[in-house]
Amino acid sequence: MISFLFGVFHTGLVLAAAPLVMGIVRLTKARLQGRRGASVLQPYRDLWRLLQKESVVADSASWLFRIAPYLVFVSVWLAATIMPTFTTDMLLTPAADLIALVALLGTARFFTALAGLDAGTAFGGLGSSREMFVASIGEPAMLMVIFSLSLLTHTTSPAQMAAYVMSGHVGIEVSAGLALAAMVMVAIAENGRIPIDNPTTHLELTMIHEAMVLEYSGRHLALLEAAAMVRLLLFMSIISCLFFPWGIAGPDSGLLEVLWGLAAWALKVGLLAVVLGYFETMLAKMRVFLIADFLGGALLLALLATIFLYVSEAV
Amino acid sequence: MIIGSALAGLLLLGLCAILLHRLTRVHELIYAGCLVATVVLVGDGLWHIVQSGHEEVPSVVLPFGLPWLHAHFRLDSLSAFFLVAINFPAALASLFGIGYGGHVPHPGRVTPLFPLFLFGMNGVLIADDAFVFLVSWEFMSLSSWLLVLSDHTNEEARKAAMVYLVMAVFGTFCLLPAFGLLAGSGGAYTFAAMRAAHLPALAGSLVVLLALLGTGSKAGLVPLHVWLPLAHPAAPSHVSALMSGVMTKVAIYGLIRILYDLRGDVGWQWGFVLMVVGAVSAAMGVLYALMQRDLKTLLAYSTVENVGIIFIALGLALAFRDHGELALSALSLVAALYHVVNHALFKTLLFLGAGAILQATGERNLDRLGGLLNRMPITGFTFLIGACAISALPPLNGFVSEWLVFQSLFKGPTVAHWAMRFGVPVVGVAMALAAAFAATCFVRAFGIAFLGRPRTPEARHAREVPLSMQVAMAVPAFFCLCLGVFPVTVTSGIATAVEPLVRVKLPAAMLGWPWLSPVSLTAGSYSATMVLLTGAALMVTTLLVVHHFGTRKIRRFPLWDCGHPEDIVNAQYSADSFAQPLRRVFGSVVFRAREEVEMPPPGEMVPARFSVTMIDPVWTGLYLRIVRIVDAIADRVNVLQFLTVRRYLLMMFLTLVLLLLVVAVRQQ
Repeated sequence: MISFLFGVFHTGLVLAAAPLVMGIVRLTKARLQGRRGASVLQPYRDLWRLLQKESVVADSASWLFRIAPYLVFVSVWLAATIMPTFTTDMLLTPAADLIALVALLGTARFFTALAGLDAGTAFGGLGSSREMFVASIGEPAMLMVIFSLSLLTHTTSPAQMAAYVMSGHVGIEVSAGLALAAMVMVAIAENGRIPIDNPTTHLELTMIHEAMVLEYSGRHLALLEAAAMVRLLLFMSIISCLFFPWGIAGPDSGLLEVLWGLAAWALKVGLLAVVLGYFETMLAKMRVFLIADFLGGALLLALLATIFLYVSEAV
Repeated sequence: MIIGSALAGLLLLGLCAILLHRLTRVHELIYAGCLVATVVLVGDGLWHIVQSGHEEVPSVVLPFGLPWLHAHFRLDSLSAFFLVAINFPAALASLFGIGYGGHVPHPGRVTPLFPLFLFGMNGVLIADDAFVFLVSWEFMSLSSWLLVLSDHTNEEARKAAMVYLVMAVFGTFCLLPAFGLLAGSGGAYTFAAMRAAHLPALAGSLVVLLALLGTGSKAGLVPLHVWLPLAHPAAPSHVSALMSGVMTKVAIYGLIRILYDLRGDVGWQWGFVLMVVGAVSAAMGVLYALMQRDLKTLLAYSTVENVGIIFIALGLALAFRDHGELALSALSLVAALYHVVNHALFKTLLFLGAGAILQATGERNLDRLGGLLNRMPITGFTFLIGACAISALPPLNGFVSEWLVFQSLFKGPTVAHWAMRFGVPVVGVAMALAAAFAATCFVRAFGIAFLGRPRTPEARHAREVPLSMQVAMAVPAFFCLCLGVFPVTVTSGIATAVEPLVRVKLPAAMLGWPWLSPVSLTAGSYSATMVLLTGAALMVTTLLVVHHFGTRKIRRFPLWDCGHPEDIVNAQYSADSFAQPLRRVFGSVVFRAREEVEMPPPGEMVPARFSVTMIDPVWTGLYLRIVRIVDAIADRVNVLQFLTVRRYLLMMFLTLVLLLLVVAVRQQ
């Protein structure tokens, strides 16, 4: 029963917190660039405003164009619902492991890319083509990260991984470090952050994600923006749950532990948001074809992480 | 008994079609007959799986065949499983054929061979001796070869048929000695005798190698895949569906029969080989598919990828079994067979979809399609389901089997040998790349063909296909969803079928009915039902919230396109431009892809030209080289054709002396 309540609360929590995290990232960037910046609540206002506007749909678009935002948003939200944040004791956590999580994000990407092609514009196709290109290397890298972590912890379930790390079976591992580096690189690519993609650009040569959703407006755009925010929060939760699970409440824990879990998660995510804002300010966007090197590097790091496990065992 | 009459019915249908080809509506009748026969076979296979469990099934001996060897037939649980996996897509192809069969280029050359092709494939499944197996195998090969050749006026179809014939002969040429070695010097050609026989190590390894080559060439393993992308598209679409979705599975059945059943103890090294070959096929196959412009060729290459995934799982099962990890071996084998069913389903669906497009527009070239979703809603929707399923998106069936393969792959390093420990992660990379590329490939295929604005008048005037064809596509789409949402039912069925092969039964559901948790309670689980239900709940919430707090207004308006819309439909992304980033990154290495841009000097009014050249490394590097060597040898040997009688007699004499010498040496 309590796991059901936690599940419902968590489902709402990830949705409610996601715009705030985006707001923190934007505010950090603004301050570092010497601007005052909008309030951290601005993303909520943006979403509300978009919901109120009527949606303009291109003549040539099919029904897929109107359904895709809902499918994308629900897949990302579902993935975020499954990923433990403050407690591992949630009804839905065993419903999908990390492989399924990757696939759910893949579903969201699949429909975003199709929506980009639907209207029949050059920009939309450009965005879809590049997005699938980035994912073609990013998704394998993430699967290999999961592979190495599952060799380390003997499970692919995020809750069990966190429990395994918390129980002190894992010391300082080279593999975990390599996997973390790869995971961060993938997270940057999947969320379309600098240096892979610039979420604020509307310059045709540099757009990836924005080019796909260029034709969208009104509530459809609101859903796609919300999906992007939830996805960012989800990746921060993944990194904090798998690599820094300290503070997360286990099954049968008291109210105090759960509250402490909430505080620890908020702290970790807030810290990650500030770090993201800092690095985005420091880095420049890279050329599209350099992305292959960047993500290929992530893939190799993750592969090395699996192989290092046995090398270190043999030595 | 029922199977026998169904098969006899198929044979009869083939003969009827030849005799009655002048009648009107004969095509509809023949395909309807095929539909009935295949549905009966599916029902019988299912009944057998549910009923029999694993008691010993006796072999049925029929008094025909060789004088010293009557024909043996037997339906054990593995055959019954494949009977269902093969005849269900075949039934769909038959149903599609009722509406489609009369419209192919030379229907009179297709209709009689269709039931014969089905007959051959089913014969392979129930054969219980090498003779029946090989005869049925050849029946299958030759009838499908004739089907490829049905459009015989087409130069490309003739070339495809030629390559296919050579590869089919090669395959049988390998299987023949494999069975010979299994039978031993005693010549015991029944499968029961082969099972009991004990092979020396060298002969045993040779059997595995020959079986791998023989069945691999039929299944489309790289580098034996070259005929697949030529022959599958050349046949009429419902036959392509059978060749790609079904015949490759018969080849996989052959491999499982030989490696797991007839030849009991195969070493883990062969599992490793299977896994690596599978990984290469998976990654290469989908990379080829990504570069194709022709929808049917793309689908054929994607078959190479999926066969690769199945081989990865089969190899893992062998390696686990040899190391005593029987539960993991069962898991891998269940994963492989689950993917067999799934691929048979969605590949049939996608090929039938390609056939529907072909009938509606007369086009297979992606760059000449576009905007079909608005014009062919049912075909478009079912094709979308197939594309999602083959891209392994939850909650559809493709994801479940890939999830199972990944779960067993992640357990691969438990086999404590350095080759497996370092090999499995590399195979994992190939498999993960294949999965991601597949999604890209099908975003491209569906997006370019069905979305956007129509690129040609043919696409603009496309009409939805007749009802029987729509049903033939809707049924597999529905089953793609069912097999994805109720995975535990399927895995426990398959686990029963493979139990005799791996000697353990996969623990079906540890966490209760809807939870798939094959390895252990804590090692990761997936519940499609829960995912679907939660997803539905979240979807309802989203809809309520958005429509309650937001406006529901929609305005239809011409394209915005960032402020400067183009009226030219060719300004849309095409199939080639969509693949360009991946072509640059991977194609320039694997296919030596070159892009050339010819820019006219300023002031000249000629169009700029862009061209891409790609070289198939397997075709030019391997096959053309072999052809050159064969040609050179033939040139040398050619002299022998123009000798005098005296010289021929001399050669005969020398041969005789040589043979006598051999006999003399052997008798020492």
